[in-house]
Amino acid sequence: MTANRLTESLLALSQQEELVDLPKDYLLSESEDEGDGDGERKHQKLLEAISSLDGKNRRKLAERSEASLKVSEFNVSSEGSGEKLVLADLLEPVKTSSSLATVKKQLNRVKSKKTVELPLNKEEIERIHREVAFNKTSQVLSKWDPIVLKNRQAEQLVFPLEKEEPIIAPIEHVLSSWKARTPLEQEIFNLLRKNKQPVTDPLLTPVEKASLQAMSLEEAKVRRAELQRARALQSYYEAKARREKKIKSKKYHKVVKKGKAKKALKEFEQLRKVNPAAALEELEKIEKARMMERMSLKHQNSGKWAKSKAIMAKYDLEARQAMQEQLAKNKELTQKLKVASESEEEEGGAEVEELLVPDAVNEVQMNVDGPNPWMLRSCTSDTKEAATEEEDPEQLPEPVAHEVSESEGEERPVAEEDILLREFEERRSLRQRSELNQDAEPADSQETKDSSSQEVLSELRALSQKLKEDHQSRKQKASSEATVPQVQREEPAPEEEEPLLLQRPERVQMLEELEKEECFQNKELSRPVLEGHWSEKTPNNHPDAPKEKKKKEQMIDLQNLLTTQSLSVKSLAVPTIEMLEDEVERNQRQMIKEAFAGDDVIRDFLKEKREAVEASKPKDVDLTLPGWGEWGGVGLKPSAKKRRRFLIKAPEGPPRKDKNLPNVIINEKRNIHAAAHQVRVLPYPFTHHRQFERTIQTPIGSTWNTQRAFQKLTTPKVITKPGHIIKPIKAEDVGYRSSSRSDLSVIQRNPKRVTTRHKKQLKKNSVD
Amino acid sequence: MKVKMLSRNPDNYVRETKFDLQRVPRNYDPALHPFEVPREYVRALNATKLERVFAKPFLASLDGHRDGVNCLAKHPKNLATVLSGACDGEVRIWNLTQRKCIRTIQAHEGFVRGICTRFCGTSFFTVGDDKTVKQWKMDGPGYGEEEEPLHTILGKTVYTGIDHHWKEAVFATCGQQVDIWDEQRTNPICSMTWGFDSISSVKFNPIETFLLGSCASDRNIVLYDMRQATPLKKVILNMRTNTICWNPMEAFIFTAANEDYNLYTFDMRALDTPVMVHMDHVSAVLDVDYSPTGKEFVSASFDKSVRIFPVDKSRSREVYHTKRMQHVICVKWTSDSKYIMCGSDEMNIRLWKANASEKLGVLTSREKAAKDYNQKLKEKFQHHPHIKRIARHRHLPKSIYSQIQEQRIMKEARRRKEVNRIKHSKPGSVPVVSEKKKHIVAVVK
Repeated sequence: MTANRLTESLLALSQQEELVDLPKDYLLSESEDEGDGDGERKHQKLLEAISSLDGKNRRKLAERSEASLKVSEFNVSSEGSGEKLVLADLLEPVKTSSSLATVKKQLNRVKSKKTVELPLNKEEIERIHREVAFNKTSQVLSKWDPIVLKNRQAEQLVFPLEKEEPIIAPIEHVLSSWKARTPLEQEIFNLLRKNKQPVTDPLLTPVEKASLQAMSLEEAKVRRAELQRARALQSYYEAKARREKKIKSKKYHKVVKKGKAKKALKEFEQLRKVNPAAALEELEKIEKARMMERMSLKHQNSGKWAKSKAIMAKYDLEARQAMQEQLAKNKELTQKLKVASESEEEEGGAEVEELLVPDAVNEVQMNVDGPNPWMLRSCTSDTKEAATEEEDPEQLPEPVAHEVSESEGEERPVAEEDILLREFEERRSLRQRSELNQDAEPADSQETKDSSSQEVLSELRALSQKLKEDHQSRKQKASSEATVPQVQREEPAPEEEEPLLLQRPERVQMLEELEKEECFQNKELSRPVLEGHWSEKTPNNHPDAPKEKKKKEQMIDLQNLLTTQSLSVKSLAVPTIEMLEDEVERNQRQMIKEAFAGDDVIRDFLKEKREAVEASKPKDVDLTLPGWGEWGGVGLKPSAKKRRRFLIKAPEGPPRKDKNLPNVIINEKRNIHAAAHQVRVLPYPFTHHRQFERTIQTPIGSTWNTQRAFQKLTTPKVITKPGHIIKPIKAEDVGYRSSSRSDLSVIQRNPKRVTTRHKKQLKKNSVD
Repeated sequence: MKVKMLSRNPDNYVRETKFDLQRVPRNYDPALHPFEVPREYVRALNATKLERVFAKPFLASLDGHRDGVNCLAKHPKNLATVLSGACDGEVRIWNLTQRKCIRTIQAHEGFVRGICTRFCGTSFFTVGDDKTVKQWKMDGPGYGEEEEPLHTILGKTVYTGIDHHWKEAVFATCGQQVDIWDEQRTNPICSMTWGFDSISSVKFNPIETFLLGSCASDRNIVLYDMRQATPLKKVILNMRTNTICWNPMEAFIFTAANEDYNLYTFDMRALDTPVMVHMDHVSAVLDVDYSPTGKEFVSASFDKSVRIFPVDKSRSREVYHTKRMQHVICVKWTSDSKYIMCGSDEMNIRLWKANASEKLGVLTSREKAAKDYNQKLKEKFQHHPHIKRIARHRHLPKSIYSQIQEQRIMKEARRRKEVNRIKHSKPGSVPVVSEKKKHIVAVVK
C-alpha cells in the first residue's frame, strides 16, 4: 500500500513539473506584475473569475510569496484548482501535432501498465523461505509416521533391522582356486568324474537331464498321482485285511464264513444258469471240500474245544447250545448231497446224534422226566404240544403264555430259545401236576439228589416267568384295566417258590407304574378303588407302601397348586377390567408387599451388623483350671469365685467407626500385612481394575503353561544381537524409496544464493 | 481273550541324543498347580532382588589422557574402536576389547572441540580451538612416517563442533555459523545463520540426512535443511541447550540436553511443546546420546553422574556414578546397544553396561529362557509396592542425594505458591501452564 501511494505521489510530482514548464511562455506577464498592490490583485482575481465563467478549465498557478533565486521543484502545488491533474489534460494541447504521436503512444502504454511493488525487506523474505522449507520438510518427515507408530507398538523388535545375507561365493569360483591334493580328495574327484557328476553350475547329471527332458512336468505329475493312489489303495487294503485278521470274535468270523458260503452258493446258482458245465465243475469242487471237511473230523466232538464244552455244558446254557450246533453241523456235513430217501437218513442221523450227545446234556432231562430218554425228542419236536395241552386244561396261564410266545415267535430271531423255554415250562407243569396229585409223595429224595440240576431248573423257570410277564405287561399297556386283575390273579400261583420271590420287586414296580398311568387317566374316581384293591392284594409288600404314599402326596400337591393358580388368575383378571387407577396402584403395592413378605431386609441387616460388632469385640480370656484346688469331674463346675478371679477381661477396644452410623457396616479388619503387598492405585495403561487383575492372574511361568505358550509369553520386547552394529533405520529398510538425488548435488545446483549470502556474511564478520 | 495294555509311542519319551534333556510329561491342570499368583509374585520379588544383587555396571576405565576428555566418537564399522579428544588437543584411539590406547595424536593446540568419524570408517575429522578442521586417517602412519593430517582447513573463526553426513562426503561445522563443507574443498559450500551467537553443537539427522539441528548459546535450538540451504525453525527455551541428539529410529524426534537440569524430547514438526520432559539430573546436562534401538538415551551431567532414560518416560531408569568420576562431559552409547562410554573431567573414559545386571557373554538357551521369564515377571509385577521399591532403589553419592532433596523442596514450594496464587485470584485470571509448556519461551518461524 505504502509503495503504491508513493508511486502515485511521485507520478503526480513529475506531472507538476511538466506543468510548471509548459505554461511559462504565455503566462509570464501575469507572474511579473505580482508584486503590485491590492487593487491589481483583485483585478486579476476578477479576470480569472470571468475566464472561468466561459467553461474552459484554466489551471491555477502556484503562488510564490517570496522572491528566490531558484524555483524549487518541490514547491509546486496544485492548490486552488481543487482537482487532480490528469495526464489527458496535459496531452490536450499536443493533440494536433502529428510528430508527437509516438510519444503519445508511449505515454498511453505507461498509463495502462501497473506499477511494480516494492520488494519486501530481507527479514521477511527469509522468513517466508523458512516457512515454506519447514512445511516441505515436515511433509517429507510425515511419511515416517506409520513406521514410527508401528515400531512403538510392536510386540517385539529385532535389531539390527536389515537382514544380513551371508555372502556365498558360487562354487565355480571356489573350485577354480582349489585343487584336490590329498589322496582322499583325489579319489572323490575321480569318482565324481567317472559318474559324470557335474562339479560346476547346472548340478544335474546327464542322465537326470535326459530324464527331465523325456517327461514333461504335467505328465510326471499325473503319473505320480496315479502311483500314489495305487499305493494308498493297496495299503488301505492291507491294513483292512490285517485288522480283520486280528479280530478275535468268533461270532464275527462265523458270520463272515457264513456270508462267504452264501455268496459262493449264489454264485454257483448263477453259474448253473449261465454255464452248466462250469457249474458241474464247481459242484464237484464243493463236494470235494465237504469231503475234506468231513475227513478232517473237525465237527466230531473229539476236539479239545468240544471236550471242554462237554464239561461246561453241565452248567452253561450257551455251551450246550454250541454243542448242539456243532452236532447239527456234523450232521449236515455227514449228509450226502442227495435229495432222495431223506426221512431214512434223518432217522439215522438222529440216532447218531443221540449217540453223540454227551451224558451231561441228557442228565438233566432224565432227572426231570424220569428214565425215559425219548422224552427229549418228543419235546423238541413240538409234536406233542397239543397233547400236553389236552392233559392239563386247568392250568390257564401257561397256555396263554404259549399263545403269546407263539404269536410273537415270528418276530423273534432266536426261536431256539423259545423252544427251550417251552420245554422247561412243560416240564415244570408236569411236576406241579404230580405234586398236586400226590401231595404226600416224597419228592424230596429226588430233589436232594440233584440239587444242582434243581437250581438250574429254578433259574430257568424264573427266566420263563419273566419273559411271560414281559409279554403280558406289554399287552396290559395296550389294553386298559381289564388285564390287571388277570395279573393279580396270576400272582399267587407261583408264590411259594424262591426264584419268584426274587423276581418280585421288579414286578411290583411295574405294577406301580401301570397304576400311575391309570391314575392319570381316570383321576380321582378310580384311584381309591384301585388303592383298596392294591392294599387287599398286597398286604405283605410293606417296603413299597410308603413309596406309594409319597407319590400320592405329590400328586395332591400338584392338584393344590393347580387350584390356587386358577384362583389367582381370576383375581388378576377382574381388576384390569373395571377397577380405578389408584386401586390398581394399591393393589400393586399390596402385591409387592406380598411378594417380599418373607424377607425383612432391615432386620437382616441389623442382625448382620450386630454379629459383625460382636465378632470384632475383643474376647475375654478364661484361665480357670477345673479341678485345681478343688474337686473336679463331670458335672462339677469351678466355683464362681475362682472363675471371677481367673477371668481376664479384655480391654475395651477403640469405638467402632460405624457406631453412630445405623445404616452402615464398616469393616475394620483390613489386613495390613497383605495390604503392604497390594497395589493401591490403578497403574497407568489400565483403565479398569478388572483389567489389571486379569493380567496379574494369568500366570506366565512354565509351571502353568506349555513350552510353546511359555516361550510366546516371555518373548522380550527388544532383541539385540551381541556384536552386531545396529544402524539407523533407512528408507529402504521399510520399503520406502529414498530420494535418488544426493543431498550434495542439490546444494551444488543452487549455490548462487548461498555463496552471495556467505560473502555478505564474511564481509560483516570482517567489519566486526 | 483280548488283553488291554498301555502302549506309548517311544517318540514321546525317548530322547534323540544323550545330550538332550529328558522329556518329562507334565499335567498343566490348574487344579494341580495352585497359588499361581502368589508363587509368581514371590518369583518376581526374587528376580528383582537378584537384579539388584547383580547390578554391577562398571566395566572398565580407560586412562591415558592428560587432560579432561572433551569429546568422544564411535567407529561406524568397528565396535571395538573408540576415539576421544581431550582438552589439551590430544586425540586418542582406543581398543575396547583390549582396553588399551592404540594411537595418540597431538591434533590441536588447545581444546579438541569436536570429533567425528566418516561414515565409511576410513578417516575422522577433528576441530579445535586453533580454528582448524583436520582430517585424519583411521589407520596409523606406517613405520617412519610422520603423524600428519590428511587435510587441514584453516578457518576464520573458532569451530566448536563438527558432525559428518551419514551417507555422503559432506560434513558440518559450527561456530559463529553453521558451515557445510565438501570434503574436497577448503571453503564451505553453504553457510547458514540465524542470529549472531556462537553455536555449540551441530548434528545431522541419521535418517533424513539432509536435516541438521544445532543449538546456540542464546538459548535456542535451530533446525536447518541442507538441501534448501535454509534454517527451518527455531525454538527458544528457558536456558541454554548444550547439545542435541537425533533418534536413530524415529526421523523427527530429537532430544536436547539443557542447562536447566532437564532433557527435552521434541517432535521437530511441533516445537512448541516437547513430547517429554526428562528430569532427574541435579545439574546441567552436558551431553546426550541415543541407544541405537531408539528406545532409550543416555545423558551425561555436570552433577558427576550418567543417567539412562527411556524415551517415553520422564524419569530415568538408571544412574551410574563412581567416587572418582567428576563432571561427565561426553557420553556415547555403543552401536550394539550393549555398552555406554563416558568421558569426564578427570581424564578417564569409563565403560559401562547398558543393562546393569545383564550377564555378559554367550547365554545357554536355559539361561536365556530364565532371563526372559524373570524380565517378564518384573514387568508384570512392577506396580506392586515391594517390588517397585526394590527395583527403584539406587545408592547415590551424598552430594546428589542432598541436591535431590533440596530441589524437591524447592519444586514443592514453587508448586504450592502457584496453587495458592490460582486459589486466591479470580478464576481464569492466572493461567495453568503445563510442565511441558513451562520451559518453552517461543517458537520462531
